[in-house]
Amino acid sequence: MKRVTLPRVTIWRVIAAALITAGAFAGIARFTLGLGATTNLSDQFPWGLWIGFDFIGIGLAAAGFTIVAAVHLFHVDEYEPIVRPAILTAFIGYLLVVLVLVIDLGRPEHFWHPLVMWNPHSVMFEITWCVILYTTVLSLEFAPIVLEKFHMHAQIKWIHTFSLPFMILGVLLSTLHQSSFGSLYLIVPNRLHPLWYSPLLPVLFFISCIASGISMVIVETLLLSRNGRTLLTTKLRANLAKITAVMLAVYLVVRFQDLVSRGAARYLFTLTYHSIAFYAEILIGFVIPFVLLLVERIRTSRRGLYVASLMVLAGFAANRMNTAITGLESWPTRTYFPSLLEILITLGIAAVGFSAFTLMAHYLPIFEPEPAPDPGMPWNHGPAPEEAD
Amino acid sequence: MTSKKALLIDISLCIGCNACQEGCKTENKLAAGEEKSLSPTAYTALSEHDGVFVRHLCQHCETPTCASVCPVSAFTKLAEGPVIYDANKCIGCRYCMQACPFHVPRYEWKSTKPRVQKCIFCASRVTKGLQTACADACPTGATKFGDRDELLLLASERISAKPAGYVHKIYGQKEVGGTSVFYISPRPFEELGFDTKLGDSPMPLLTLSALSKVPNVIGVGSVLLAGIWWITNRRGEVQRHEAAQNRDSVPQRREPK
Repeated sequence: MKRVTLPRVTIWRVIAAALITAGAFAGIARFTLGLGATTNLSDQFPWGLWIGFDFIGIGLAAAGFTIVAAVHLFHVDEYEPIVRPAILTAFIGYLLVVLVLVIDLGRPEHFWHPLVMWNPHSVMFEITWCVILYTTVLSLEFAPIVLEKFHMHAQIKWIHTFSLPFMILGVLLSTLHQSSFGSLYLIVPNRLHPLWYSPLLPVLFFISCIASGISMVIVETLLLSRNGRTLLTTKLRANLAKITAVMLAVYLVVRFQDLVSRGAARYLFTLTYHSIAFYAEILIGFVIPFVLLLVERIRTSRRGLYVASLMVLAGFAANRMNTAITGLESWPTRTYFPSLLEILITLGIAAVGFSAFTLMAHYLPIFEPEPAPDPGMPWNHGPAPEEAD
Repeated sequence: MTSKKALLIDISLCIGCNACQEGCKTENKLAAGEEKSLSPTAYTALSEHDGVFVRHLCQHCETPTCASVCPVSAFTKLAEGPVIYDANKCIGCRYCMQACPFHVPRYEWKSTKPRVQKCIFCASRVTKGLQTACADACPTGATKFGDRDELLLLASERISAKPAGYVHKIYGQKEVGGTSVFYISPRPFEELGFDTKLGDSPMPLLTLSALSKVPNVIGVGSVLLAGIWWITNRRGEVQRHEAAQNRDSVPQRREPK
């Protein structure tokens, strides 16, 4: 047990505190003055930065379900050490997205309505239910970490008795609503630019979320493997990068095959607002990192992996923003750029996320599980003996 | 049985007097004052295109996109034709505004308890057998209220009576599966700001194709994942068992040394 002392003042803590404070004030302004006075949302752009943030947050949280599926369902036990960081990422990601959704809603006090006023024909209804159910599943997957901290092993054992169906449910819910974010836009063929509109949007959203989820895991592993701690061996990290490369390749094939078959490829040959946005997204986030990750020397180097994985994340964010905003704009007559308050609230919430992760990683057994006297559970074998690198 | 009602808007007859908007604002108790585009206080508005006036309002689709996308079923399509909205259900996600193929719903951005605002086809009047306030107010018959079938017939009669004076198309008859507001026009619809590329199939079918796969994903997915868990778990068990056996047999082999 560490002794609690006064927190040290570091530049990151100052920045986080400033962003959170600014975001909190901006949030108060949003609720007292209304959406119109504080945001650049309009009848033409009813959705803006916050929807983009939701897509990105959920995409990064895909780290959770991919790793849980790999380790707990497919028994790729070598990755056991990153299960907890991945679950923590997903849990925080979902809580933040719920927070942003509530801020974004025009009538946040009605947020519970989808629970009782059903409309199964609505993609938004499906997403609401998936988010609620998956956040519940995540809190159950997260609970053992907290319980372990307080040595409540009987309760952990109780949770483990029903954790298999819950983990399966979690993977299914993630699959469904990662893809449903794409389905949201199936209904606007007349508005979304053909470079992004596609009947395959749900499929494309799902494939890209796996690439981004795994890249998020890689970045986290690199960030957390400092100060003498190594979460994954170089080889295991490189293998994750291989999966990312495969997902990127699959994505590129599906995306371009779809562009050509819909006759939308012609938009690629003129330099427009939209084609520039498309090229930025596809080159930075998909083509270049794919090529980089094919090189073994890059897969096995810290810096190479950092660069490639951050590019995947940036391209993923660009893809979601382009689908949510750029693709609906028509330059230069109909454009949207978020207001300062929208940006402050978003940054504040992102800062809450990073701070929450750091705090929990510090105070909860995220990296070194405390000894638990309950062997025999299929997910408690611990990492398999390391093969020679 | 209630018959489906509709509006026929004959663009060639509109003189741009704005009586429809005034009548609408009085009936629906909206803030007075002429407005040139749809707003939370204007359920209908006129736009001018080189001396030709086009009335904008909710089209009251036969298969309304807004009703399909709303997560809380705040929109309802009535048997008489109106698509109405319940602000007490609305959570303010604004998916209806994003999805409406005609860009109709407006939001009360300035309010801290905002509502979505759009034409409600004077539902309380129509269900009582009265015509809409705009049709009531129109001095030239450019907006005509009636049974959906009869208005479609009337529209084609007008077009065939003056084939040179009209574009040979009733806008709204087939668009996105048909609407309750029809337009006939002396000028090509594209020139007047109409979206003529919407197609004839209802928009909700687009999302239905994805949503209908949800039960399959859950059914097949859970069996698949459980199966993979079972196989990989068993493989692990066998490996551990064999490893344990090897460990047991190791000392025996070593003894002769």
